[in-house]
Amino acid sequence: MSFRPLHELHVRRLSRNVGLGLVLVGFVGLVFGLTIVKVSNGSKLEAYDHSPRPSLIVEEKK
Amino acid sequence: MSDVTQSVDFNDAQFSDYFALLKPRVMSLVVFTAAVGLFVAPVYTHPFIGFASILFIALGGGASGALNMWYDQDIDGVMKRTKSRPIPAGKIKGGEALSFGVWLSCISVIMLGLSSNFFAAGILAFTIFFYAVIYTIWLKRLTPQNIVVGGAAGAFPPMIGWAVATGSVSIESFMMFLLIFMWTPPHFWALALFMNDDYTKAGVPMLTVTHGKSKTRKHILIYSIILAPVAVGLSFTSIGGMIYFLAALMLNIRFLYGAWGLYRRKESAAEQDHYLSERRYFKESLIYLFLHFVALALQSVWLKIGMEAWL
Repeated sequence: MSFRPLHELHVRRLSRNVGLGLVLVGFVGLVFGLTIVKVSNGSKLEAYDHSPRPSLIVEEKK
Repeated sequence: MSDVTQSVDFNDAQFSDYFALLKPRVMSLVVFTAAVGLFVAPVYTHPFIGFASILFIALGGGASGALNMWYDQDIDGVMKRTKSRPIPAGKIKGGEALSFGVWLSCISVIMLGLSSNFFAAGILAFTIFFYAVIYTIWLKRLTPQNIVVGGAAGAFPPMIGWAVATGSVSIESFMMFLLIFMWTPPHFWALALFMNDDYTKAGVPMLTVTHGKSKTRKHILIYSIILAPVAVGLSFTSIGGMIYFLAALMLNIRFLYGAWGLYRRKESAAEQDHYLSERRYFKESLIYLFLHFVALALQSVWLKIGMEAWL
């Protein structure tokens, strides 16, 4: 099996595609870094998702 | 099978063209002033949060640049200074620049809010709105006072940087805002003096077009006189001190001297040497602002290592 030669369109748009790819990877890295910093500085870990949130659970009376 | 490539536009935009839509040179000033605003603030910010926040402020500034290029595509094509921008050069379509600008605005504001606080993000959103709508769409083609009011857009970044750290506005950040705000008119009017033909051709009512060059020279002098006490006055706030005071004093004396020189200059003399002094004054005005913020940063380092502000 052989690879098809690259379409001329992809050659023309190479810089765009590579550039966008790098930007997206950088963005992911940035958000990841922000998460690490925020979490290690004690920011809240919970989000608005479907799991029960600790701050909303009423403590049972003993 | 029909040939599908026939209708494809071969003038494809490259990555660098999209980057050019963000006005990288303006962005560098935004990055620098916002970084200083953040650095001199009295509250500690984690370096990574500071880095990310400045990146999003820069992105917001870039987004407003793209919106400006979308709206101004007609006049950009006429002016020598701007006709190689991506839209008039035929690399990127106007509508594409518009959606690029709108999306980047949303992303930058939301991300700045998440990385720092939504107060800073609110000022960024207002800055983008101010530059794209109030300045570009409304005032630029309406009044010769366009850049006086529009200067506010470029003056917000240090205030946003300060807000990233402190979550508020204070006299210090307001004075940094005022410094850039008052600096903008003489800076752009000096440019307009030697780029007047461009603005006349494009029908942009710059002061040089509507009121003539001698009136503009007078305005440059007046604004640099008002600018000086603002710039020096920043020394007497909590972020100022001897280092900044001396730097501001020297820079403003020089700037005033330059403005006086432009005011005294005859138009015939300026035409003879192709506006050499005006070009020099324009360049010096960039250095003027840059050095003020360098001095603020140095003063801040001085204060942070525990030295006295006034020696």
